[in-house]
Amino acid sequence: MISSVFDWLSTPANWEGDRGIISQTLTHLEYSLIALVCAALIAVPMGLYIGHTGRGRVVAVSIAGGFRAIPSLGVLFIAVLLLLPRLRGELAFALPSLIVLVILAIPPILSGVYAGIAEVDPAARDAAKGMGMTGSQVLWQVEVPNALPLMFSGMRSAMLQIIATATIAAVVGLGGLGRFLIDGQATRDYDEMAGGALLVAALALLVDFVFGLVQRFVVSPGLTKTA
Amino acid sequence: MKRTSILAATLAAGLTLSACGGDSDPLDDSGEESGSSSSDTITIGSASFPENVLLMEIYAAALSDAGVDVETRGNIGQRETYIAGLDDGSIDMIPEYTGALTLYLNADAEATDPDGVYAELQDALPENLTVLEPSAAEDKDSIVVTAETASEYDLTAIGDLEPVAGELVLGGPPEFEERFTGVPGLNEVYGLEFSAFRPLAAGSNLTAQSLANGQIDVANIFSTDPSISENDFVVLDDPDALFVAQNIVPLVTTDAVNDEITTTLNGVSAELDTAILTELLAQVVVGGEAPEDVAREFVDSIG
Repeated sequence: MISSVFDWLSTPANWEGDRGIISQTLTHLEYSLIALVCAALIAVPMGLYIGHTGRGRVVAVSIAGGFRAIPSLGVLFIAVLLLLPRLRGELAFALPSLIVLVILAIPPILSGVYAGIAEVDPAARDAAKGMGMTGSQVLWQVEVPNALPLMFSGMRSAMLQIIATATIAAVVGLGGLGRFLIDGQATRDYDEMAGGALLVAALALLVDFVFGLVQRFVVSPGLTKTA
Repeated sequence: MKRTSILAATLAAGLTLSACGGDSDPLDDSGEESGSSSSDTITIGSASFPENVLLMEIYAAALSDAGVDVETRGNIGQRETYIAGLDDGSIDMIPEYTGALTLYLNADAEATDPDGVYAELQDALPENLTVLEPSAAEDKDSIVVTAETASEYDLTAIGDLEPVAGELVLGGPPEFEERFTGVPGLNEVYGLEFSAFRPLAAGSNLTAQSLANGQIDVANIFSTDPSISENDFVVLDDPDALFVAQNIVPLVTTDAVNDEITTTLNGVSAELDTAILTELLAQVVVGGEAPEDVAREFVDSIG
């Protein structure tokens, strides 16, 4: 089993072309990054606001919890059936997949940002206010830098989930690494299925490693040492 | 390649075994029950999908009108399971499809036209099973376009797509792209070269939806799919019989079959065609009516 999966992975023909591993990996990354950016655009401002003001905590917690319970495949089908008659071409399949991934990524990002800000040492916040900083100066110069480790862990966990779940875009005929899982199952090519699954896991780990490197450069060394 | 096929065979065997293990108990129980009850009762089974349940109810309604004692036992799972049920006597009859049953019994079967498939089926049947006359009604792979596309390019048969296929997108389940009775066969038999193939999840109505909304131009849909009549799709003829004939036929044990059953069900099969079956199935699947009511109405209408 393992060696035949390895055969599939090491066959150059499987890597090349429009439908090859390289092209599908890039498509997969493209969907994943777009979804992460969209989710961040929604969740980061919400998290900053809630963490900074302390208002709406209950809303944040229920959104984060509720969204986590939404079944991705169900949302995908509902979104496709609702949007298919209203959209033209590729977008009719791409938008529903994106919605699913964004919904999936909002909870971890939101909780990371909100918790990061809320858990900044009150003494640091008080000191900043005592020095005469305005509300937004406190947020951007004290709270956000201090919250970065937790914000990053929220992003990383969101990205892991996105990469794993972006495989379902293949169900509605889009590309990405999910193609190997779906097509492999349909044609009973179990090497292709297992190979595709390994590639998804490898991509997730690789992207997480890259995010980890970025985190090292961005987060203040003072915070990393104490952590 | 060799390793691949061994692996696939091992996995397939494992799946088959586990499927049998999961489903065999209810059948064993029922076998004992029907064995102890009157032997004149005919037990009709069905596979686990709405159309087969409906056909079971149609057979049951027609036979009980003819004075035969009938029991129904619907939703018995896959072919492996219900063939075993016929063998052990827990059911006596089930609605079947000529092409699929022939390939199940003889993987080397070659015919694709209705008569050839039926002849091969009769050769392939084991001694304890027999089939009655096949109906003209078929539930098989078909190539479907919208009414607008059909009139725009003047399409009635699959071959008519040849000059325009390069501008059209074909959609269907993922395996349609690989297997011979799919994209390769369309190319080899009819010379079709589509601009793209969009794989869509099987078992959902995504393919029909995408065709209706123009994301794909040509679709692979089963010939009795209710979406065909709902959306006025046009089913293109398959004159070269690329897709294996799947005429509906009652599969009966030789122990249970008699003249009464044969005459009655041959009469029912003669009245059924694909359009009528599609319509009846739509009443069940789309209209939400009970299969036994739809079956009763149909049997009454043919008298």
